[in-house]
Amino acid sequence: MNFDTLLLMAQTFAMTAIVSIGGIATMIPEIHRIAVETYSWMDDADFATAFAISQVAPGPNVLLMSLVGWRVAGFAGMMVATLSTVLPTAALSMGFSRLEGKLKNTPWYAIINQSFPPLIVGLMLSSGLVTAKASIHSVFGVLIAAGVALYSYHKKTNPLYPIFASVFLGILAGRFGLL
Amino acid sequence: MPTEPQHPTVSLWDLFTGFFLVGLFGFGGIAASLYHVSVEKRKWLSSDEYAQTLAIGQILPGASLINMSTIIADRFHGLLGVVLALLGLFTFPLIILTALITAYDHFSHLPDVQSATTAAAAAAVGLTFGIGLKLAKGIVRSKTTLAFAVLSFLSIGLFRLPMLQSIVGLVTVSIMFSVWQSKK
Repeated sequence: MNFDTLLLMAQTFAMTAIVSIGGIATMIPEIHRIAVETYSWMDDADFATAFAISQVAPGPNVLLMSLVGWRVAGFAGMMVATLSTVLPTAALSMGFSRLEGKLKNTPWYAIINQSFPPLIVGLMLSSGLVTAKASIHSVFGVLIAAGVALYSYHKKTNPLYPIFASVFLGILAGRFGLL
Repeated sequence: MPTEPQHPTVSLWDLFTGFFLVGLFGFGGIAASLYHVSVEKRKWLSSDEYAQTLAIGQILPGASLINMSTIIADRFHGLLGVVLALLGLFTFPLIILTALITAYDHFSHLPDVQSATTAAAAAAVGLTFGIGLKLAKGIVRSKTTLAFAVLSFLSIGLFRLPMLQSIVGLVTVSIMFSVWQSKK
């Protein structure tokens, strides 16, 4: 494991977080572009596994980045990935919240409120597309994804329930050779 | 904030343990557990304050709920509070994550484990699309919003352009467009 890769990961993850809009989920396409397409730190299968495990583990969704870091450089990589995603934007949040009174009536508020939301929609669907390409390779996968998408679209639910239901169905399907 | 309601006294230890619980109960993301601990259990903020702080966390770049946790901790104890809150928030999840990935690497050859992971990933994909569609329903209500949602999907999802350039470009176009609209 070399220091340069850790530094590169810290830079690219921090940069991605700083320019992101709409939270962690919308960063997924960029993290995939960095980790799989550009630097080949992992392949699509690893990325799909990291995505799945990060959704099952308790805690913030940033755990996907932690797992990419783990694949790059074990424990050190996990810490670097987590900290570089979290710390710069946490610092920004502190600064912003302390200045909030002064910033609230600037035109930035209106601009952000108007221009960000539709872009976030596109980003979220991009995340869906990128993770689908990495992790779905069977009719069964398509059916599960479509079923969960429809269910979560219509019902407010803790994401863990549909995931566990799907895991149960997946194991059954595997046992019967349907996967 | 206009009229600051009386806040309870929150010690550094309270912050650490509170955020430790947020991480511990954060199955499926910390949205529900952060609300439960900070509003219902520890009464650090009212639900109105929660909504206001969440709105700030969402317009800031990065992880919305971590931004929000940072702001809450900063209000009570400044930088030291933030450090302890984030330590508390990440300790348990990172331990579990390490255990899960180690177990996965050890057992990934078993057919059941492969089936389970494949299905969990597919379900997570479905959840992502579900959120995207839910957001679209609330946001995409005009030709303009539809156009910008499609442009961001095409550039980042389909053509895989870098996020920085895409977002900066699209926000610029969006600002120019709204200026042009308001002048018409």
